[in-house]
Amino acid sequence: MAYDKFNILKSSAVPLPIENVDTDQIIPARFLKATERKGFGDNLFRDWRYNSDGTPKEQFVLNNPIYSGKILVGGKNFGSGSSREHAAWAVYDYGFRCVVSSFFADIFRGNCLNIGVLPVQVSPEFLDKIFKAIEADPKTELEVNLPEQKITILATGESESFDINDYKKQNMLNGFDDIDYLLNIQKDIEKYAENTPL
Amino acid sequence: MSKTLFDKVWDSHVVKHIENGPDVLFIDRHLVHEVTSPVAFLGLKNRGIKVLYPERTFATADHNTPTRNQHLPVKDPLSANQLKALEENANAHNIPYWGLGHKKNGIVHVIGPENGITVPGATIVCGDSHTSTHGAFGAIAFGIGTSEVEMVLSTQCIMQPKPKSLRINVNGELSEAVTPKDVALFIISKLSTSGATGYFAEYAGDVFKNMSMEGRMTVCNLSIEMGARGGMIAPDETTFEYIKGREYTPKGKDWDAAMEYWSTLYSDDDAEFDKEVTFDAREIEPMITFGTNPGMGIGISKDIPLAESIDGSPATYKKSLEYMDYNEGEAMVGKPIDFVFLGSCTNGRIEDFRAFASIIKGRKKADNVTAWLVPGSHKVEAAIREEGILDVLTEAGFELREPGCSACLAMNDDKIPAGKYAVSTSNRNFEGRQGPGARTLLASPLVAAAAAVTGKVTDPRELMQEEVLA
Repeated sequence: MAYDKFNILKSSAVPLPIENVDTDQIIPARFLKATERKGFGDNLFRDWRYNSDGTPKEQFVLNNPIYSGKILVGGKNFGSGSSREHAAWAVYDYGFRCVVSSFFADIFRGNCLNIGVLPVQVSPEFLDKIFKAIEADPKTELEVNLPEQKITILATGESESFDINDYKKQNMLNGFDDIDYLLNIQKDIEKYAENTPL
Repeated sequence: MSKTLFDKVWDSHVVKHIENGPDVLFIDRHLVHEVTSPVAFLGLKNRGIKVLYPERTFATADHNTPTRNQHLPVKDPLSANQLKALEENANAHNIPYWGLGHKKNGIVHVIGPENGITVPGATIVCGDSHTSTHGAFGAIAFGIGTSEVEMVLSTQCIMQPKPKSLRINVNGELSEAVTPKDVALFIISKLSTSGATGYFAEYAGDVFKNMSMEGRMTVCNLSIEMGARGGMIAPDETTFEYIKGREYTPKGKDWDAAMEYWSTLYSDDDAEFDKEVTFDAREIEPMITFGTNPGMGIGISKDIPLAESIDGSPATYKKSLEYMDYNEGEAMVGKPIDFVFLGSCTNGRIEDFRAFASIIKGRKKADNVTAWLVPGSHKVEAAIREEGILDVLTEAGFELREPGCSACLAMNDDKIPAGKYAVSTSNRNFEGRQGPGARTLLASPLVAAAAAVTGKVTDPRELMQEEVLA
């Protein structure tokens, strides 16, 4: 199923300068009971965002109206833990289209790419610059340029390039997904399977 | 060219290589459960396609199931709906389905090996990060997201860049009361939860050679907790002996042919790894975690490290200790606990119950402890009864629940209450993992048993010493 195309994203960003943000924080297991992919954004960072009685925890960044935008900026080792794609769905459903960190857990990174959320890995120094820029001005904008593989802090003009493999880049730019690709080479797959006993 | 074990299995499964992109990897066996599959099946429905190879696909219910009264309808309507969806999807696509109450039902990573679905040299995936468990057999096994579940259902392939290789050697002999869980927690404490991200691990050395299959499963299970997609161990006589005669393993001539292939599955002498680390088995003592990720583990006799002595952000470290309501420099031994959880795909097998029973035999459950003992499968449950372990448990004031993932991720009713401490044989001590506000101390079945009978964090060697003296 195709997803949103990603080209150049210019947006303010929401800072979460915590390391090892795991998928149980992004979306706790008790919210994984749905059989359809909708509504996960409401429970993004549920236990950091709400008290047990459902009232918002005011100090948490998503409850602070001065921060907004389509870019989530997290600390090192973002998305560690479970393979639940629900974590990426929650990030997307809340409205983020890009997550920036100095290091991503593998499965979370892959899950984001598979649904059209761009994970942008930057150096620890550049991550620090982004956090400082947001601290100085919560409305400061970042530009994530996928064709040029470049992220820029617009207020200062500082930028850094980021990696993404060509195949995934084309998928993101065009909104293609892997299944479209795999269905196109089904004959090759069937030939391989014939020679592979169970 | 010389190859690693991982190279041999990976390279033989590449259907197509994409330049500056991922490999198209053929998947031999796909395990499916109720939580991460419904949206994938919905995707197939929307595309109007069927599961390509249902005979390579196996479904079980485990994550979102009660561990009591499984013969009754599931009370939670959302959970019941998810279970119904899996059953309907399995039936619609002719996938073997081992639902609640089925004699083969259990945690997906326990029943795969039990039934011989897991074999050396295979590629195995499941929408669950602890799929790494199956690497114990020399398979490439890793967890995938739901989009990838849909890929495998529809095309039996996945698109993955080939990870880098890491060899972890542990040589020498393990000390008393040091179990496979301790070996794994020790390695994670050294490498951190992101130390192996981007790598696929191979475990080698005396310790793993001498380890049982169940122990190897525990170690490989925890590979993901150091960031590795998976971990594997070269198959040997221990492996072949374990799998021979199980329902889905090859028989007769097919077995002989398979053995011929399996006996080639080892890393060549001069194979090169991108990274290699070596530990001395004698350095490892029974482990326990004190923080909110599995890398925050220490030998049970040690004190909680000072913030200044750790790698990483002091703010994150302090936040973690604050959640646990612990302080830097405190001893772990003697800390009061409220709950004990024995179970999960990490430590829910018969050897884990034997280890637990070895400590509690002749003792009583501490009054302040609530214990949840959850077998990994019905087969494990049957063995617990047959071996007389149930009698030992009952005598000591414990009861046995029915199989499932249970309090490992607390999707069902098995939730540790806010603020309470649980010594848990599971795999993650993340904030709220075992219930909102719950505090988890990861440890081995021996450490869990010692806590269950004393009501506090206790070095199991002390109790074993008492036994020797008695």
